[in-house]
Formats: sequence, structure tokens, C-alpha cells
Amino acid sequence: MTAAILTRLDLWARRLIPAGLSVIFVLVTVVPLPIPGYATIVPMLVLASVFFWAIHHPGLLPPVVVFAIGLLQDILSGALMGSSTVVFLLVYGVIVSQRTVFLNKSFLVVWFGFMMVTLGAGTLSWCFASAFSGQLISSQAMLFKVLVTMAIYPLLTWVFHGVHKLLPQEA
Amino acid sequence: MEYRRLGIIARLATPLRGMGQRFILASLVVAGFGFMLMGSSELAFIERMRTTVADVAAPVLGTIVHPVAAVDRGITNIRELFALRSQNARLRQEVDRLQAWQGTAHRLVAENSAFRQKLNYKGPKRDSFITVRVIADGRGPFVKSVLVNAGARDGASKGQAVITSGSLVGRVFAAGARSARVLILTDLNSRIPVIVEESRTRAILAGDNSPQPTLNYLPESAVVKASQRIVTSGHGGILPPGLPVGRVIVTEGGVLRVQPFVNLERLEYLQIVEFATVGAPKARTGAPWHRTR
Repeated sequence: MTAAILTRLDLWARRLIPAGLSVIFVLVTVVPLPIPGYATIVPMLVLASVFFWAIHHPGLLPPVVVFAIGLLQDILSGALMGSSTVVFLLVYGVIVSQRTVFLNKSFLVVWFGFMMVTLGAGTLSWCFASAFSGQLISSQAMLFKVLVTMAIYPLLTWVFHGVHKLLPQEA
Repeated sequence: MEYRRLGIIARLATPLRGMGQRFILASLVVAGFGFMLMGSSELAFIERMRTTVADVAAPVLGTIVHPVAAVDRGITNIRELFALRSQNARLRQEVDRLQAWQGTAHRLVAENSAFRQKLNYKGPKRDSFITVRVIADGRGPFVKSVLVNAGARDGASKGQAVITSGSLVGRVFAAGARSARVLILTDLNSRIPVIVEESRTRAILAGDNSPQPTLNYLPESAVVKASQRIVTSGHGGILPPGLPVGRVIVTEGGVLRVQPFVNLERLEYLQIVEFATVGAPKARTGAPWHRTR
């Protein structure tokens, strides 16, 4: 009896991994690290997380969770509320509908796809920020952030695949 | 038979579920846009939602900050150990120089108090401080703000000046119960009334997301030179007057900018100034994304 409960608990805990990892990424993104300029160029970790789980386990990261995570990121980083939310949801929607393009493909294909997604997400964030502040904001910092995010993706994939092995197989 | 029926249900269920999912996704995207619109028009309940979420996250972030700070301190200690000798020599020189200044300062303090007595001067009330810690760094490409671990219950409120090492960092633009967001003076929406200390020329320090905010709305006749000190003017009654802000630099094209005294790249502990004013107007401070008119 207890064993059965424990198994179920274990299963539930594992199911929470994609969402949990994304929340941890939100916290890592906003935590004040003593690196000059860190906050400006910190890679879009959550975007990578949404991208990966949308391909491999969309069921464990439903749209509502993506929405909540985006909102959390916006609130904690003080950004325009809803901007990350919309960007994450759009990325999620596009990737889920095109999952087959990326599933079981070579890493380079996925990486290239991620680069395109990151560029799109960066552009969209910049558009939102500019539109809602009523002026053209310098896009330099965003561009740098996009490049850093692209560059770090292989490392993140390694983390994701490590975590992926912990997930229940049937989901 | 059973199997076949299940097969039909499954065949129907998949596209139906897909449609449902797509509908949910679309609704959420619309909701996200709604938040963007509402957030930029400073609605009270959005503000409350923001501060509530920040309040809930504050203890978690506060806990994460500790080990990060400890590691940083360790690294700094080791680095300083190596630089000890040269630092010592430099500090000796500085002590010599400052001792001369100390004499001057003592003399000036005495002189000042004598003058004050003669003039029966009523100076500003002594301001009190709340020392806070930065728990979340929101200095993204579009916003320059940080979250600190003190809120309304500690005495923080919207509009208060935030300083570190005696110089201005920015001001509080939203205060929850136990967390507050500080808009840094380099942010696009930051506008701070300042004066050139030497000439008492008024100006507005306007952030533009670059490390050096611009000096705007100077009188036409004003002559401002590079490396002059800029301090808060206290106009508007929200910020205390005379807080050091930075030094003037003249960039190419003759644009006047200010290099802040504070190293804004490294903000760890800050002080919120509880400015003691009498009947100060409750001015609205520009929240980020609030369009400045």
C-alpha cells in the first residue's frame, strides 16, 4: 500500500520536472550574480527550457504552466508584464505544431532551429518593449543576449537530456 | 469489438484534444497581451498582483542570494590577499592626503554651525535609512530595476530615494509588504530633478538604458563643464536635496551625460532613504513602461 503511494508520489514528482526546472531557471536568471553585466546578458534559459520540453514532452509543460512561468519571469525581472509570457507561448505553440521536424533529428538541426527561435523571440521582445515604451529602444543588449543564448544551448541540451532520463517513460 | 470502439474514440479524441489545446493556447496569448496593455496603464490590481508575487518570491530569492554572496566574498578575499601590498601603499598615500582634508572639514563644520546659529537656520530634518539587500536583478536589455528585500512593513514606500555609499542609485517605484522594486537612474523611465552643484543650475537627469543618463532641460544660458558634480535638487519634494549623483561628461556631439558615482554593475546592499518632508505632494513616479509625457 505504502509502496504504491510512494510510487505514485515518485511519478508525480518526476512529472513536475520540466515545470520545476523552468522555475529554477527563472530564479537563476534574476538572482544577482557578482558578474559585471550579468543581468544584461544572462541567457534566456527559460526560453531554451520551453523549446526543449515543447519538443520532447509538451504534455508535461502545458500552455497554462508556460503562461505562469512567463508571468513569474516578467514580475521578478521587472520587465513589461506579459511580454515574456506571450513570447514563450508563441514559441511553445510553434514548436509543438512542428515537433516532428525536430524529434530524433541530429543535434545541429535542433540547434539551428533553436537559433531561429531565439532570434525571433529576441526580436519580438524588442518590439514589445519599444511599442509599450513609445520609443525605439537600443537593441544592442538584446542582440548580445540572443547570441549568448544561442552559444550556450549545447550545454543546456546536455542538462536537459540528463534530466530527461528521469522522466516517466509513458508520458 | 471493444478494441475497435476504443480505436474510434482515440481517433476522434486526438484532433479534438489538439483543437482544445490550440484554443487554450490562443486564449492565453490573448491574456498575455491583455496583461501588457493593463500593465502599461498602471492598473491597481496589476500593481497588487506584481507586488504579491514579488512578496511570495522574496524569501526564496533571499535564501538563494546568501550562498552566491558567500562565494563572491571568498573570491574577493583571495583576490585582495594578492593585492595587499600595493593596496597598502596606495592607502598610506590616501591617508596622508585625506588627513589634510580632515583638518579642512573640521574647520568647515565648526564654521558652518556658527553661521547656522547666527542665521537661526532651520535645516532639513534628519533622514532615516532602511538598509536592504538586492534579491533579484532585473537589469535586462530593456529595463533597469532591482528587487530588494524590504517593503511597506519595513517603511519603504513609492518614490523614496535609494542610495548606496552615500550616492543615488534610483528610487522605489513599487513597494509590496516585504519586497520593493527600485528603478535605477539609468532606466528609460527614470527622471530625476538635479542641479549642478557648483552653479546651482537646474536640470532633469533622464535615463536611456545606457550606463550614463543624459542631462536634459537645462536653461539655454547654462554653462555646464565636464566633471562638475551633479546632486539631487529636491524639487518636487520626493527626493532629499543634495544627494550626490555623478559627474558630468561631455560626449561626442556635445550631449551632456552623467557618469554616476555608484558602480551600478554591482549592487548588493542599498539604503532606502525615508525623507522627512512636511506635506510633500504625493506625486506619481513613472513606473517602468509608463509612458513619459
